[in-house]
Amino acid sequence: MKRAAFSQPLMPVALLMPQLIIIAVFFYWPAWEAIYSSFFLQDPFGFGSNYVGADNYTRLAKSSEYAKVAGFTLFFTVVVTFLSLGIALLLAVKADKVIRGAKTYRTLLMWVYAVAPPVAGFLGSLLFDQNIGPITDLFAFFGYNLQIGLNYNDTAFAMIVVSVWKQIPVNFIFLLSGLQSIPVAVREAALIDNKSGTRRFWDITFPLLAPTAFFLLIINITYALFDTFGVIDIMVKGNPASNPITLVYKVYTDGFRGNDLGGSSAQSVVLMVLVLLLTVMQFRMLERRIHYT
Amino acid sequence: MRPLKLGKHIMKTTSVIFAGATIAALAGPVAAQTEIEWWHAMGGSLGETVNKIATDFNANQSDYVITPVFKGSYEETLTAGIAAFRAGEQPNILQVFDAGAATVIGAKGATVPVQDLLTDNGVSFDIEDYISGVRYFYADSDGKMIGMPFNSSSPIMYYNVEALEAAGVTPPVTWEEFQDVTAPALVEAGYIPLSQSHMPWVFTENFFSRHNLQFATGNNGYDSADVVINMDAPEIRDHFEAFKSWIDNGYAGFYGAGWDDNATPFEQGKVGLWLGSSGSFGGLQQTAEFDFSATYLPYWEAITTEPKQTFIGGAALFAMSGQPEDENKATAEFFRYLTSPEVQYMWHQETGYVPITEAAYEVAKADGHYDRFPAAEVGIQQLSLPAGEWTRGYRMGFYVQIRDVMNREYTRYLTGETSLDDAFTAIKTEADELLSRFAQTQG
Repeated sequence: MKRAAFSQPLMPVALLMPQLIIIAVFFYWPAWEAIYSSFFLQDPFGFGSNYVGADNYTRLAKSSEYAKVAGFTLFFTVVVTFLSLGIALLLAVKADKVIRGAKTYRTLLMWVYAVAPPVAGFLGSLLFDQNIGPITDLFAFFGYNLQIGLNYNDTAFAMIVVSVWKQIPVNFIFLLSGLQSIPVAVREAALIDNKSGTRRFWDITFPLLAPTAFFLLIINITYALFDTFGVIDIMVKGNPASNPITLVYKVYTDGFRGNDLGGSSAQSVVLMVLVLLLTVMQFRMLERRIHYT
Repeated sequence: MRPLKLGKHIMKTTSVIFAGATIAALAGPVAAQTEIEWWHAMGGSLGETVNKIATDFNANQSDYVITPVFKGSYEETLTAGIAAFRAGEQPNILQVFDAGAATVIGAKGATVPVQDLLTDNGVSFDIEDYISGVRYFYADSDGKMIGMPFNSSSPIMYYNVEALEAAGVTPPVTWEEFQDVTAPALVEAGYIPLSQSHMPWVFTENFFSRHNLQFATGNNGYDSADVVINMDAPEIRDHFEAFKSWIDNGYAGFYGAGWDDNATPFEQGKVGLWLGSSGSFGGLQQTAEFDFSATYLPYWEAITTEPKQTFIGGAALFAMSGQPEDENKATAEFFRYLTSPEVQYMWHQETGYVPITEAAYEVAKADGHYDRFPAAEVGIQQLSLPAGEWTRGYRMGFYVQIRDVMNREYTRYLTGETSLDDAFTAIKTEADELLSRFAQTQG
């Protein structure tokens, strides 16, 4: 087979340039700055700057607080990803079967997609408010004293509920369109082979959904790691105290609230490496098992 | 300290739009006038009062035009100011809050000391004109005023008049009186006796000041950046041990580190005594549906029989350096206007923040403001109590994070997650580490 090639060697470079420039300006340059400043302690206004070697990193490695935040981030990411994908899949499978009024159902299920994370967080902080929250009242009715902002587990619970709620519609849209792109002929053939709906779902439908699900998995992990910032910020009301927070939020509190540029740069470098590893792992290990049609 | 309200984030957005509209409105007809910019963190109704001050200043004279710009929370405003300074696009005036004072004052060359700015531009300045608790918080170690105190408040104790009457007690003067007399009576009458809204500010910083205890080495941090915090003082540990025992036996309600979470039960009439900001006065008048009043922050008789003044929380206005002379002149003129008794009195009435000069205080008294609202005077009276060696305030770097550590460990201790020893050791260790890191940034 003959390989297609450009006759002029500069042409492909020129075509790639716009994208490369954008990546350079918005990723490579800031990433380099972060790595560079993670080896310094500097006056926020830029007057003094002290080279401290790997101090900012060893400090993180020794900090039990940082380990705790990392632990929560892992837990939070796994739970939010699993729940928002699982519930969305259930809803999509059920909505796919609805014939009468299908559009209305779908629209209603997608509705929440239009809510921005900080707004979702604000709704959550009102619903779960210790003094005036209806959900708090509901729990009190069943005899549980829900204390968001005071009890670590309660706050984590509320953050997860709001984050999952916010993410379900996106997953729902993709999974539903994934389901609808499965050819009718395949489903009918499966119906002849096996009467059990559950069996047909796991043997036929789910593998055919896998490319969509894999894409969503990555999107959801990124969402839980980074985009939930708005939810967390509003729910802890800018005052983390003993509440659970994620690694990204810690970068923000130390860097932007506390003006510790070196320390927060080191944290963002750690985060960058983690995400890099995660992405490589996902593509190496998971994608092999997926068959694109 | 600023009372935070639910819905603040929504109000913020409208304030941004409003501020934007103000800029647009002001940008038109000015040509020969000197324009200056003022970045602030006053959202909601406070922002409207800020805009009113600016509009009035612009209408009062024709040489200068000031444009206020709302930049979000205190932290966001400081960060925006720092980023702008590094890019050489700093505003003329930047509002910086108490916990950020070490950062902005430590960066010598970032600001023009307000005292120099005023005297260089022919505006008379005498630090004795300012009320006692306000004078030296934003000053350097020689007592030169660096930042102009703007929204100044102090923690005071509000009380529900009906609750205390029902319990047959008067507001407690000392913590001993609270735990022996007031709290049991309030519990008997069906109230939660006490809540407070800001542990680092009310129960730590001002606790040290009220009892005239040293808070940090190096003259509470004013003389040096390389200091350690005095969190192993037995007095503060005893205080928190007492606070925990009050929570455990129903003498106090504790709702976490959130300001509103602790203020709302008082506003709902469930809590009898609430430790909040003197600047909360205006808001309480709108939300509380019962008679309330205020008095001084209680003290421990076991620690001192001569309680001292507290110092100011809130924020100050800093004149950023690197501005042309005519703009500095405009900034000085604005400060002259801002500190005039009439403007201070207006600010005091509208917001509940204390007037910062003696003259403004006199105007408020003469006008009968305190006859109408006795509680409005408590903050300024407490700031004017006798001063002591350790009452001027504190100056510590990375203090925002130190406060975060305090909130975290206090909450863990109070909810039983950790012991008193572990909590205070963690605060002391982490705070000292942050202070030494800050000292390194100043090298």
